[in-house]
Amino acid sequence: MLNVIKIAARNLRRYLRRTILTSSLITLGVVAVLLFISVTGSFKSMMVGQITDSMIGHLQIHRKGYMASIDNLPLNRNLNQQQVAKVKEVLSGVDAVESFSMRIKLGAMFSNFTETTNIRLNTVIPEQEVKTVPLLSERIVEGQKKDVLLQKGEILIPELIAKGMKVKVGDSVVLVANNKDGSVNGKTFLVSGVLEGISGPGGRDGVIHLDDAKELLRIDGVEISEIAVRLKNMGDLPRVFSSLKGEFASFTNKEGNPVFEVHTWKDLSPFYNIAQMIDLMTFFIKIMLVAIVLVSIMNVMIMAVYERINEIGTIAAIGTLPGKIMALFVTEGFLLGVLGTAVGTVISLISIAVINAAGLTFNFGRQSNLVLAPTIGAGDVITIVLIVIGIAVAASLQPAYKAARMDPITALRHV
Amino acid sequence: MTIAYSGDFEKEILTKEKVMSLVTADHLEKTYQIGEISVNAIRGVNFTIEPASFVSFVGPSGSGKSTLLNMIGCLDPPTAGSLKVVGQDIARMDRKQAAHFRGEHIGFVFQDFNLIPVLTVFENVEYPLLMVQNWPAKERKKRVNNLLDAVGMGDQGDKYPSQISGGQKQRVAVARALVTNAKMVLADEPTANLDGETANRIINLMKKMRDEFDTTFIFSTHDPKVMQSAEIIFTLEDGKLLQRQNDNGGTNA
Ligand SMILES: Nc1ncnc2c1ncn2[C@@H]1O[C@H](COP(=O)(O)OP(=O)(O)OP(=O)(O)O)[C@@H](O)[C@H]1O
Ligand SMILES: [Mg+2]
Repeated sequence: MLNVIKIAARNLRRYLRRTILTSSLITLGVVAVLLFISVTGSFKSMMVGQITDSMIGHLQIHRKGYMASIDNLPLNRNLNQQQVAKVKEVLSGVDAVESFSMRIKLGAMFSNFTETTNIRLNTVIPEQEVKTVPLLSERIVEGQKKDVLLQKGEILIPELIAKGMKVKVGDSVVLVANNKDGSVNGKTFLVSGVLEGISGPGGRDGVIHLDDAKELLRIDGVEISEIAVRLKNMGDLPRVFSSLKGEFASFTNKEGNPVFEVHTWKDLSPFYNIAQMIDLMTFFIKIMLVAIVLVSIMNVMIMAVYERINEIGTIAAIGTLPGKIMALFVTEGFLLGVLGTAVGTVISLISIAVINAAGLTFNFGRQSNLVLAPTIGAGDVITIVLIVIGIAVAASLQPAYKAARMDPITALRHV
Repeated sequence: MTIAYSGDFEKEILTKEKVMSLVTADHLEKTYQIGEISVNAIRGVNFTIEPASFVSFVGPSGSGKSTLLNMIGCLDPPTAGSLKVVGQDIARMDRKQAAHFRGEHIGFVFQDFNLIPVLTVFENVEYPLLMVQNWPAKERKKRVNNLLDAVGMGDQGDKYPSQISGGQKQRVAVARALVTNAKMVLADEPTANLDGETANRIINLMKKMRDEFDTTFIFSTHDPKVMQSAEIIFTLEDGKLLQRQNDNGGTNA
């Protein structure tokens, strides 16, 4: 076997320029794919982290039908005391759950005493909210970031409204809301901070204390629109989601319809579609890599066989078995693949390290200066390496087979 | 496949061959079919070749020398008649068996030398021991050096084929053909690409090798000077054997 490798390697060296050209093509493909995977992967995980950790949480539980009409922020589809108690009971029983946060969502009129506009509000119990979406306080761009997100009587207003209504931290504002039965109530709040907007549902909501919301809406007992859940480990999401979904589906009302609905961040954030597009692009780039490797190696190996017909005739005549002749050429393709892949992998890993060291930043939507921190898993590298080398071998099979099948006399006569 | 490079097995075969001929052709025919046209390249020849002989096939161009040598070398199956080489009927072999048979019993020397350009002189001679047979490293080295010394190329082992002359290449090719202890070496026009002087030296080298290793040499040639060196000369014409001439002057029709 060592001799086969030696001869194959020498033949690659013999046509050095061609070998370098072909393997650089493979190198280029490998670098493109590995860099693409690592950069988009870091972008993806960062965006997903932003979305889940600063707004949505990993999972959300609503009363059945709430999500369908979430645009209106309906108050008549809130969970009642009994239902909330059930959710609490179920969630407390799940080990993988880190924390959960009860929210009332509502729409209100926002007034700075001279102008009025609409505002969507997320009303929270601050201690629960900071545990469930720990990055929320990172989004406070003006005003101090406190451990307890906000006090009763305070409001965090979205950036857009702060700019549009010329409201600053420390100003007083009035919120006026319709409650469930249609009557109107108002309450004064102190602006304690301005929230940076992010893409996705709830990304441009103001935040007030849950108790203030109950006062504003004249709610006496317990009423909750949304329960956001954070898991200890995001990797558990599919498992926890399916078990919770099953469990909540078993709660039905008198008509036998389910009471709850459970969604993951994937159902809730449009970014999931972007993430899927990225995955699809990765897939197509991999296909392109496979095509590049296949075509370039096959091309080179067909040429190699054609140029060496006489040599093939010679070694076949002196008794080299067809299998060994085949092995000589397949090994040549294999080595070409290994060469291109090895160089490509090294260049990719160095490039990733350089990008990390350079601390490149990018903007996404209204978020700026996100640091690009590409990483790549050993699994991804190994997969790409194996695919490329496998394709290199596969591409050499046909030419190698042709060489092995050659009739020695015809081959020897070839000029 | 490993062949015993020394030992009882070898002796056994050799003693058997004392009894029987190395090559026996009986009403041997070869017809090439090119579309509608069939070419009778060999038309019923009978001959035997004994072990350790030094044989030449001569005749005009197109008389069938290459065709006959290819058949003896198990590169091309006969169309009719029988051809036995080293006691085996070669018509019955498939491709793989034929390749294996060649690797075990037959050495080849080619008109164009046909050394492998990416291998050194030493590696070229080593090739059959490594890639065809399966000799252990120590014996291999010894054997290759022996052969290189025997053909007078002992000090050129590290050179590549592109760095030596045509005559030297053919010496290396002779060493490669002999290295596996082949029963016979087939050489189709081995001197056609060499000048007269060098051609003579190569033929003399082959004869010396025959004396040293008892290997049968069968070659074809156009060159009258070269053919005079043969001990047995078969003359072919138009696919038929015209005469067999022994170097003691005896002639058989
Ligand atoms: N593969 C083939 N297909 C068809 N005809 C062939 C083939 N090989 C040889 N022939 C024909 O068989 C006859 C004998 O050819 P061969 O090559 O054996 O002659 P030769 O004596 O070796 O000639 P030369 O001295 O020119 O080498 C010729 O008529 C040739 O055209
Ligand atoms: Mg010929």
